[in-house]
Amino acid sequence: MIDMKERLLLKSETIPIIPKHVRFEFNEVRKEWVLLAPERALYPDKIAIAVLKKCDGKVSIQMIGKELAEIYKAPVEKIIEDIIVMLQDLADKGFLKEC
Amino acid sequence: MLKKLEAPLAILGEISHRCPLSCAYCSNPIELIEKNKELDTDTWLRIIDEAADLGIHQIHFSGGEPTVRKDLEQMVEHAHKRKLYTNLITSAVLLTRERLEKLKKLGLEHVQVSFQDSENENANRIGNFKGGHEKKLEIAKLVREFDMPLTINAVMHRQNLHHLDDMIKMSVDLDADRLEVANVQYYGWALKNRAAFMPTKNQLEASMEIVEKARKDLKGILVIDYVLPDYYAKRPKPCMGGWGRQFLNISPEGNVLPCHAAETIKSFKFDNVKDKSLSWIWENSEPFNKFRGTDWMPSPCKTCDRREIDWGGCRCQALALTGDINAVDPTCEFSPLHEKIFGSAAEESSNEAPEFIYRLYSNKEVEPIKK
Repeated sequence: MIDMKERLLLKSETIPIIPKHVRFEFNEVRKEWVLLAPERALYPDKIAIAVLKKCDGKVSIQMIGKELAEIYKAPVEKIIEDIIVMLQDLADKGFLKEC
Repeated sequence: MLKKLEAPLAILGEISHRCPLSCAYCSNPIELIEKNKELDTDTWLRIIDEAADLGIHQIHFSGGEPTVRKDLEQMVEHAHKRKLYTNLITSAVLLTRERLEKLKKLGLEHVQVSFQDSENENANRIGNFKGGHEKKLEIAKLVREFDMPLTINAVMHRQNLHHLDDMIKMSVDLDADRLEVANVQYYGWALKNRAAFMPTKNQLEASMEIVEKARKDLKGILVIDYVLPDYYAKRPKPCMGGWGRQFLNISPEGNVLPCHAAETIKSFKFDNVKDKSLSWIWENSEPFNKFRGTDWMPSPCKTCDRREIDWGGCRCQALALTGDINAVDPTCEFSPLHEKIFGSAAEESSNEAPEFIYRLYSNKEVEPIKK
């Protein structure tokens, strides 16, 4: 029997990754980014797209935050906070894992 | 690319009406499509191409029981190649380890397994299939062993709602990602058996409490979706997210429908994939355009602030319960029939449950499994 999983609680040092069974991709017909999960299709907004592109299992939320803070000229703590809220929601649905 | 409309998000392919189970709550139409009228492989592969060209994201292989078709593998492989997200909606009783492994290799991305109860004997009585529950458990475990996400579809009603807690526990034990607590909807064959399935108001309230608590306790572990038995609702369900808005359904013989119960509307002539392309049908088919958007709505709906949330509820239900396809869905509290519907549900559920009228593919009624 498989061990029961625990809720993943994201922190700034978590390295997030989109799991294999979820696809984050650009639909060439619709010309838009979409997150495809079991029986769900989500359309992320501009900021979410920027964040999800970085969820490749290589960088931590803190590093993603730093990078986006520079691009959007916003305080890094606030950006990290916002990223955690957004990604926690996806993690709770099973659409995001940690590396 | 379509000019006037957004493309649908997903396609529900009912590749066959054949099914080894005889669930009395089957929502497929009374008249099932025979095997020799089913679309052939090439036509399904063409539909998949047309769906991908339209920008459709997902394809759900369903039925009946989709695994009765030996060419399911070809369909899954082709859909995956065309980048559609592939989902198998199955009773699981015909699947084997070898076949599931092959489907996974060919690109199957998600499996939804239906369960009739958490308890062996009652589950097999409801589905009228010996050994069915054990087989479902075995296949559900294999889905996770092969590292595919798993949804448990639990069809709930007055004869198994007392096991809802166990059903949730079973889903966690199976390491499912999602549990759909789907109260029986009364379409097609199911309408014959309404009195055998309609829960009492008390059962319903207890089950909602259980779901609320489990959602909190199992946050991040199990997602629980809840489909209300809408006879007891105040507002109707936004059927299919709105008629002709996000989904299209293809029947085993190729009729393109706004929802899988739409053929209960006998006055409609549905277009068929053998005659027209999917994109033509999505844009031009008369049944699709009839209830699209909000212009068609009767008076309390037209000005309702929820008109773009409920989308006028369910047309098949309006027809089945009022005889008028254009009527307000009577599960809405603003329908003049709402009280009557609510009352009839409460009354039916308080009487002793009648025997099931089992469904069989041959349309004959069958003897239940001996206890």
